[in-house]
Amino acid sequence: MSGPSGPAGSRDWGRRLVVLIPYLWLAAFFLVPFLIVFKLSLSQMATAQPPYVPTLDPGGGFAAWRDFLAGLSFQNYAQLAGDWLYLSSYLRSVAIALASTAMLLVLGFPIAYGMARAPRSWQGVLFMLIVLPFWTSFLIRVYAWMTILQRDGLLNQALLVLGIVDAPPTWLSTDTAIFIGIVYTYLPFMVLPIYATLERMDDTLLEAAADLGCPRWKAFWLVTVPLALPGVVAGSILCVIPIVGEFVIPDLLGGSDALMIGQTLWLEFFGNRDWPVASAVAVVLLGLLVVPLVIYQHLQARRLEAGR
Amino acid sequence: MNGRDVPPSDRTRARTPGHCAPWAEPGARPLVRFEAVSKRYSGVAAVDAVSLDIFQGEFFALLGPSGCGKTTLLRMLAGFETPDAGRILLDGADLAGVPPHRRPVNMMFQSYALFPHLTVEGNVAFGLKQDGLPKQEIAARIADMLALLRLTGLERRKPHQLSGGQRQRVALARALVKRPRVLLLDEPMAALDKKLRSETQFELMHLKEQLGLTFVIVTHDQEEAMTVANRIGVMNDGRLIQVAPPPEIYEQPNSRWIADFVGDVNLIEGRVVEAVAGGMTIASESAGPLRTAHVADARPGDAVWVALRPEKIGIVRDRPASDVNRAVGEVREIGYLGDHSIYKVDLAGGFVMKVAVANMMRLIERPFAVGDRVWLSWASDAGVVLTQ
Repeated sequence: MSGPSGPAGSRDWGRRLVVLIPYLWLAAFFLVPFLIVFKLSLSQMATAQPPYVPTLDPGGGFAAWRDFLAGLSFQNYAQLAGDWLYLSSYLRSVAIALASTAMLLVLGFPIAYGMARAPRSWQGVLFMLIVLPFWTSFLIRVYAWMTILQRDGLLNQALLVLGIVDAPPTWLSTDTAIFIGIVYTYLPFMVLPIYATLERMDDTLLEAAADLGCPRWKAFWLVTVPLALPGVVAGSILCVIPIVGEFVIPDLLGGSDALMIGQTLWLEFFGNRDWPVASAVAVVLLGLLVVPLVIYQHLQARRLEAGR
Repeated sequence: MNGRDVPPSDRTRARTPGHCAPWAEPGARPLVRFEAVSKRYSGVAAVDAVSLDIFQGEFFALLGPSGCGKTTLLRMLAGFETPDAGRILLDGADLAGVPPHRRPVNMMFQSYALFPHLTVEGNVAFGLKQDGLPKQEIAARIADMLALLRLTGLERRKPHQLSGGQRQRVALARALVKRPRVLLLDEPMAALDKKLRSETQFELMHLKEQLGLTFVIVTHDQEEAMTVANRIGVMNDGRLIQVAPPPEIYEQPNSRWIADFVGDVNLIEGRVVEAVAGGMTIASESAGPLRTAHVADARPGDAVWVALRPEKIGIVRDRPASDVNRAVGEVREIGYLGDHSIYKVDLAGGFVMKVAVANMMRLIERPFAVGDRVWLSWASDAGVVLTQ
């Protein structure tokens, strides 16, 4: 390598800058806000503006810093751990996320498989059909589901006309409605990664399996599914993480007796104006979501290493 | 891959002709029989009424330009395509309706089609596991096969951790370990470099002899077909044009198309003057009177072509004594190819004759230069008379 000046040196700087930009972005829009939220979670609620103590007086010198640090505590976290309301909220979110991801997988895999096996000329159209709902706002689509699921909504009208039910069942404000909304909304996030892996798969592998004495249905389990696994994992992660923190769907379609953690957070923040507890809820939620990601990254790295 | 235990080419060659020629014996039962098999894709015939017998222990090559239907024929035997007409028999039993996974044939794919998520061992074991063999037998057969193909020690590797040659041998091991009645090879060496390819060709022949199996190879590479096969079926436009052992394909092509497709050839147009048992006399505009030892089914006056291989023509400065099978011309181009040179000589009437001269001595200066007037001559048994 040449010295700091000259074309090689400036190219080096250019390269560093390219790497630096995303880090700066993450620092400004993720790390700094996170630190603010983390600090809030260590504060206490107060009837003041802003609604928490302590606040740091930057001009106050050493004494101000000491008072500020002394005012911070993990009390909010102790409250979270001690109150069944929060724990059940977390558990409910994780349970709904896992159950709906399983449903998404059961529904999404056949769709992705069908897309990948469809004639080439159709695949573009099918892809468009999957992506098309994104052209309408997510919120509007959830509102649309509200009208479909309401007492005299489309679903009940159809069920009554077809004679499947005698009296209109209640859909709205039930867990079923939450699952319908989540599965509908997140389906593309499950289908597209699986489709991407299946579409890349070499069809001769299935011929090779047949040639080696493997019937078609068995080749699906022995060849297609293992090769689609990276897509399945990517799709599941893309679904689980946002579903755990989902707020709009349970709020609009679900009932008010049991809350998901996103709703609890909203309630603390806007209802109780308890910013510190809301922040603690958010920090714990982040931890909850980061752990599976880290495990996945770790496994991925191990697999790459084994592959080397 | 190294060539240490590859048999020397001359020994293998000597063993091939006359070693066994079941196709020449009347009443011999073929292992594979194609009966007027046709396959059309949207109205175009990919395979057009092909009838062919392949015998136990043969190394049969299907040779032809790309799109001639050779791969379709192979895939029909494997069961991946269904014939529109005709029958395919294996050991006398009709294969119609037998799905690929029930056919006692195995294919080595051009892309190798190794399962990327399985190790070398897993790939080779795949077929045996489908047969539900006991674990110990699977392990023993895998170990034997990996040793045979010099893959021992690579059992735990994944396909992407192997070299191209190793991958090719894993694909071969995976197909062979099932002990198929017929091993199908679809362009098995297309992805290898030239040196590795010729080593592998000899290795394949060696394997076939060792295992006593029947191999059917599809290739567009005539050198490859010539090297490995006992018999070659040359295809064009979905039809089998000629089926014969390699020397016969080369020395006695049955048509101008074959003569031109297999190797280099000069095709001299002429008319039959005299046809007797011992040979033919043919009048041509470009090369004068020709005499051939070969006799074709043609009568005096018929239009015929005489196929002359470039290496069977001599090139001299002085007029030869004979007044047939000679021509005079001017050297237009010389292509130096190392072991031999190709001279393109302009004859009367605009005909360009290709002459191959072996460079037996290390000559820096060539005996002839572009623009030289030269005489060409050839023996009467050099030419083959073709009527179509």
